[in-house]
Order: sequence, then structure tokens, then C-alpha cells
Amino acid sequence: MSAELRRATAAQLRAGFGSGAFTSLEVVDALLGAIAQEDAALGAWLHLRTGEVRGEAQRADDAYAAARASGAEAVRALAPLLGVPIALKDLVNMVGTPTTAGSKILEGYISPYDATITTKLKAAGALILGKTNMDEFAMGSSTEFSAYRRTVNPWDRERVPGGSSGGSASAVAALHAPLSIGSDTGGSIRQPASLTGITGLKPTYGRVSRYGIVAFASSLDQIGPFARSAQDAALMLHAIAGSDPRDATSSALPVDAALLTLPQGDQAASAIKGKRFALPKEYFVAGMEPGVEAAVRAAVAALQSAGAVIDEVSLPTTEHALATYYIVAPAEASANLARYDGIRYGASKHGGGDLLDGYLATRGRGFGPEVRRRIMLGTYALSAGFYDAYYLKAQKVRTLIARDFDRIWSAGYDAIVAPASPSVAWKFGAKMSDPVAMYLADACTIPTNMAGLPGLSTPCGLSEGLPVGLQLIGAPWSETGLLSIAAGYEALTADAPWRAQEPTDLAALGGAA
Amino acid sequence: MSKLTRAEVEKVAALARLGLTSEEVEALQGDLNLILEQWARLAEVDTSSVPASAQTIVQVMPLRDDTPSPSLSVDAALQNAPARSGDFVRVQAILSEEADG
Repeated sequence: MSAELRRATAAQLRAGFGSGAFTSLEVVDALLGAIAQEDAALGAWLHLRTGEVRGEAQRADDAYAAARASGAEAVRALAPLLGVPIALKDLVNMVGTPTTAGSKILEGYISPYDATITTKLKAAGALILGKTNMDEFAMGSSTEFSAYRRTVNPWDRERVPGGSSGGSASAVAALHAPLSIGSDTGGSIRQPASLTGITGLKPTYGRVSRYGIVAFASSLDQIGPFARSAQDAALMLHAIAGSDPRDATSSALPVDAALLTLPQGDQAASAIKGKRFALPKEYFVAGMEPGVEAAVRAAVAALQSAGAVIDEVSLPTTEHALATYYIVAPAEASANLARYDGIRYGASKHGGGDLLDGYLATRGRGFGPEVRRRIMLGTYALSAGFYDAYYLKAQKVRTLIARDFDRIWSAGYDAIVAPASPSVAWKFGAKMSDPVAMYLADACTIPTNMAGLPGLSTPCGLSEGLPVGLQLIGAPWSETGLLSIAAGYEALTADAPWRAQEPTDLAALGGAA
Repeated sequence: MSKLTRAEVEKVAALARLGLTSEEVEALQGDLNLILEQWARLAEVDTSSVPASAQTIVQVMPLRDDTPSPSLSVDAALQNAPARSGDFVRVQAILSEEADG
């Protein structure tokens, strides 16, 4: 029973709670048991709410019992994620919990308030199991830049889970939670979803409020779900989306109720017929692993067999997106991270000399190597005499990148299909000494962020026994459409042998603890 | 493109208020120069008639009424302060006695 509960999707859990087949407390205990046994080896979690979450599960179970006594309609009327355990990336504020953003400079910080998405997830009935590991301030592609611990990939303990949301990705892939929250500034949801074989969605810029999320690059950051199905990702997006008076960049567009009733099975598969997909040649770059390209092209062929029209297209500015991103993101990060001064909160090394000495010591010792690199890059890009050459130039190239995508939507395509990552998960340390090699890991995801578009990664096979992700990129606000296509692809490939394969090191995690 | 000198790296670190060791400055000088080579490729892109985009999802910044509403209590706002004095964050003196006069 415990193993079945771990494998259940959020939608299956909600149905089972409603029918009384099992309880939220049973699920929470199964997950906490798994975490206790396996997380020493997995390294996904930074903080657990073990004490609180069992009581919250009990209250959810009481609500289900009371509703069942009143009839099926009362059960349906309960919150869509009531009693479903989830994880938050450790840059999401939740009252009374540590929020470190993976950095020593926030060691000991306890959130005095809830992020808007935390409030929304609580209102949707979700139970927050805890906070997950990440690259420091979300800067990285492997989670190796966490100041706290190493997160391994449940498919191979010698390999990274991707990043920066590696803890949230590994937790869902290792069946420690059906859903988790990540953030995606340059690919930090889609790339780890690809590397751990799960579904990850980066919504349209503005779809989800960032109030209460530790900021990295404010013109790029978006919050989104990790899940083991498109349907579950849709449920979580429905819970967190929507306008927020506390985030002026959040969109006033209504949250799509259709996210709660995403087509499944044959209905989803048959909807692929007639869809038009653009296949950008620039995403099949030199250096892409042949096994990744083969899996993605096989997925495209499966869509075509189901009646989709596939056209090869060109997005010529793709090659410039990486450099553009590595100007814009560090520039904005250098401004956002100016607040970590050791005065109002966080680690402090003031008191030794004068005020300036305190700033230099607090920030010099509090930030890790990658964050220092990005702050230096950003400070340089914004410094006197260089602004036009770098930041302004990058803002202009961003316009060209967005125009490339606009042409695709104007031509009537439903989505772009592409790899989510040029490689499968790599071994620890392989890219740690070469920042440019690490940055290239996000080459397939960064253009989407620069244009503010929604994108998702859905599992599409294995290469050398490791997961490959198919990326779907859509026009602004097309999340429901993208998730429906992903659900259709899931249905089309439901019997594929690779779908039956569970993470290969899952059993070993318990043994190693 | 000219490469960043050690002095320039130290100047940027000072602007960013990062206290770095000599070894860290040296490592950063190498890393930054590698990354600047990537940046330099943007000069190839013709943007002479292209407007800059701060972000690309067009939307109107919403207005709302300026209505007071509850915010964090002083205690909650100060709970993470490294040093506190009453309802204030305590910092080191920023003016010397001479400057005061």
C-alpha cells in the first residue's frame, strides 16, 4: 500500500481521499517514511515540516469524512489539492520556515510572511511537506552550487539532477512528493525536469505572482510546477496562477478553469490530430548528444503519426540568446542581491571594522563562487561606460529573440517542439570548473525566458538509460494548450517500454541511507 | 575586445561590495574574461533600428487605490535582524565625531 501511495499522482490522491480509499495521513506518513529512509542519499530536502504536516493531514481527512457524510457533491466541492503533500523550492517564503535560497547568506533566516503562492497553495488545500535544495539563488544548472548539500539524480546517484530546482525535481522523481514548486529564470524547471524524467512547466512571464519569492532576475523569473503527469502540473498551475496586487507584473488575465479538467487518455491523444508544430533547426545544435536527438525526433514522429503537422522552421537569433541572457540575468541579479548587506536579516559579519568592512565581509564570505561570479558580471555590465555596450545591447537583442517567436505564432503554429536539454544528466563535477560549459546546459531553455513565453518539458524516452525531455514552447498565455498537448503525448506513448521504467537508483537510495 | 585587468576586477568587486581574497580575484579575472568573449559576439548582431525590451510580454502596469492595509508587525519585520535596539535595526556608527561637527 505504501509503495502505491508514493506512486500516486495528485489527481489520484484527491480521488482516493474523496472516496475514502485511503487517507491523507497515510500518504503523508508513507512519504515521510520514504524521505527518512532515502533522503540521506538523495539530498533533495533542506527543511521538513514533519511535526506540523501530520496534523494538517489529519484535519484534511476530517474534512473529507465530514463531506462524505453529506454526499458526493460536498466531496467534489472541497479544495482541489486538499490533503495532497507538496514541496516548495527553498526560495519560497512560508511563515515560520527557514528560507535559504541555497545560500549561506540566508542561513538562519526564518520567513515572517507567506509568499502569495504559499497562501494560494494553502487555500487549495495542499500540505507543504518542506523545502527543497537548489543552486544558490537559483544560479546554476546542476544544484551543485547549493551551499548546503548535494542532490543526486534518482536515475543515477553519480549524476546531477539538473538545476537550479534540482531538489524539487529529484523529490518528485524519487516519489517523495507528487508535486513540487520550482522557479525558472533560464530553464531551472524544464532542464531538471528533463534530466530527472518528470514534467516541469515554466508559465508565461506574469502568470504566477513572485511576491515572497527570493528574486534572481526580475524580468525573467517565473514560478511553476513539477509533476509526474501533465494533469497534475495543470492542477498545481491552477492553484498558483492569477493576479496579485503585491506583484505589479502579475497578469490580470483570469485563471483558466479548464486546467482542472485537462483532457486525458484517448480524448487527449485524438486532439493531437491537426495540431501544427514548429521544429526549430537551431535547437539541434552541434554537441547535442545523439541519444537525446534520437529520442526527441522519435517523439516528434509519434506526434506526426497521430496526425500532427510538423514543419521545420528557423529561429535565427537562438545562437545569441545565451550571451543575451548572461548579460541581462547577472545585471538584474547584481541589483536584486544588493539587499544582502548583513544589516536587516541574514548572515552578518559586521562589527569588526567600519560599516564598509562589514559589507565586504558579509557579502564576500556569504555568497558562494557562482553567485559572486554573476554579481561581478552584472555589476560590470551596469557600470559607468559599459551600459550601452552590454545591458542596452542585450535588451535590443531580446527584442529580436521575441520577434523570432512572434513569427511562429503569427504563422499559426500551436507549439514549438524541441529538446529541453542538449544532454542527459551528467556526472558530478563534470562542468564545475568551466562556467561557460555549465551555461551551455541551458541553451535550449533560455530563449523562452528571454521572450517571456511558457514552456514545458515532458519525458520522451531514455538515452543511455537516462531520461530525455521533449520541450513544448507556446505563445503567451497558452499553458492550457501546452499541457493538453503533453497529456496527448502521454496518452500516445502510454505503452512505450521506457514509460514503465522507474528511476534506476530508486531502490538503491534506501539501501545507501 | 580588451581583457579585464586585475585592477578592473578589483574595482568591480569594490562596486559590488564583495570582499575577495587575492586568489578569488585572480580566479574571477580568468572566468570573467572567458564570459566576456561570449558577450562580445553580440556586437555582430545589427540592432541599429531595434528598440530595447525590458520584458516582452506586453501588458499595462495596473493602477490601484492607495488604501492603507495591514502590513508586517514591527516584531515580525525585525525578527531576522542581526542586531536590534528597541524598534530599530542596530547598525555601526556611520559618521565620525568630526563629521558630525
